[in-house]
Amino acid sequence: MHEMSLCESILDILEQQAGEQNYHKVSTVWLEIGALSSVESDAMRFCFDAVMQGSIADKARLEIVTVQGQAWCSLCNKNVMIEQRYDTCPVCGDFHLQINDGEQMRIKELEVE
Amino acid sequence: MCSVCGCSEGETTIEHSHEHQHDHGTDQNHTHDYGVGAAHAHAPGLSQARMVQIEQDILSKNNQYASANRDYFSQQGILTLNLVSSPGSGKTTLLTETIALLKEQLKLSVIEGDQQTTHDAERIRATGVKAIQINTGKGCHLDAHQVGHALENLKPASESILFIENVGNLVCPASFDLGEAHKVAILSITEGEDKPLKYPDMFYAADLMILNKMDLLPYVDFDVEQCIQYAKQVNPRIKIVQLSAKTGAGMESWVQWLKASRSVQLIDYTAL
Repeated sequence: MHEMSLCESILDILEQQAGEQNYHKVSTVWLEIGALSSVESDAMRFCFDAVMQGSIADKARLEIVTVQGQAWCSLCNKNVMIEQRYDTCPVCGDFHLQINDGEQMRIKELEVE
Repeated sequence: MCSVCGCSEGETTIEHSHEHQHDHGTDQNHTHDYGVGAAHAHAPGLSQARMVQIEQDILSKNNQYASANRDYFSQQGILTLNLVSSPGSGKTTLLTETIALLKEQLKLSVIEGDQQTTHDAERIRATGVKAIQINTGKGCHLDAHQVGHALENLKPASESILFIENVGNLVCPASFDLGEAHKVAILSITEGEDKPLKYPDMFYAADLMILNKMDLLPYVDFDVEQCIQYAKQVNPRIKIVQLSAKTGAGMESWVQWLKASRSVQLIDYTAL
């Protein structure tokens, strides 16, 4: 359940940004979560509501944008889509893939007042 | 509550005193102010609503602490290893046996992470090596901030090896950089050979996989070749050492890897 500490990190960032960006309430949080990051979206939502309770983001809406996993196959010389870290290249079957997208866990945007 | 940075440790406790300093980095952000009004707003009537673009990594704070730890290790010439595994894989026994082999040749210290008790740190201290326990309370992993605090109390010697034994968990510690040079994943052969596929994030993050309890191979259904293939499938760069911390078989390969990694760590240090 590291989603709990991830949500605590999100709250830290929201609170820190409140001063810098001059807001007192967060109503929506957009996250960009890669399919290959070790984040379970349902667990994230569950923890988000619990952690934000009583904070500047109390009852804020959580929007998770999932980014597909992508890797470079050096045999095919192109990017291929993957769903898991252990996926082989869907074209040639090789597993020496270099992951280049889908690992991110980022706060993208906020709707604030 | 920390006296300097004001951080709240929650349920985390670290043995001994509690004074520290660390850098709080800053991030570049920018605002898009859509003016007063309902621009971009999703609910009518919220006249003050506006959008703020943050573009910040959720783990940015942890990564800043990890980076400060890594700088410290680099300045001191300390090789730091983050040992990760399921509970019961034999991490602490591997450590005590490794210490027995190396403590006359090298300076060593240990940070122990567990939810509760100081049992593991006590086991390490019984070998004569410095150790400090971090209890994470309900936390399922160590983070770089806790390790930073532990370092202030532990004060590992320069040119030493620091082992960080993470909380027994093959999921959560994978995401949290502590500033280590390498993650080392320990898998005992009493577990399934498909662990690397079941917990790919951890085996992807690790540079070395240790297959422990090899002395039990005649008694368990564990396919070593299959396990190695799975690990290489998840992480083609991973190195693999097979050993038994209990009998000592295979320990020389692990010690060889440790010494080689330490030599690499010291390249930067001696160049200063």
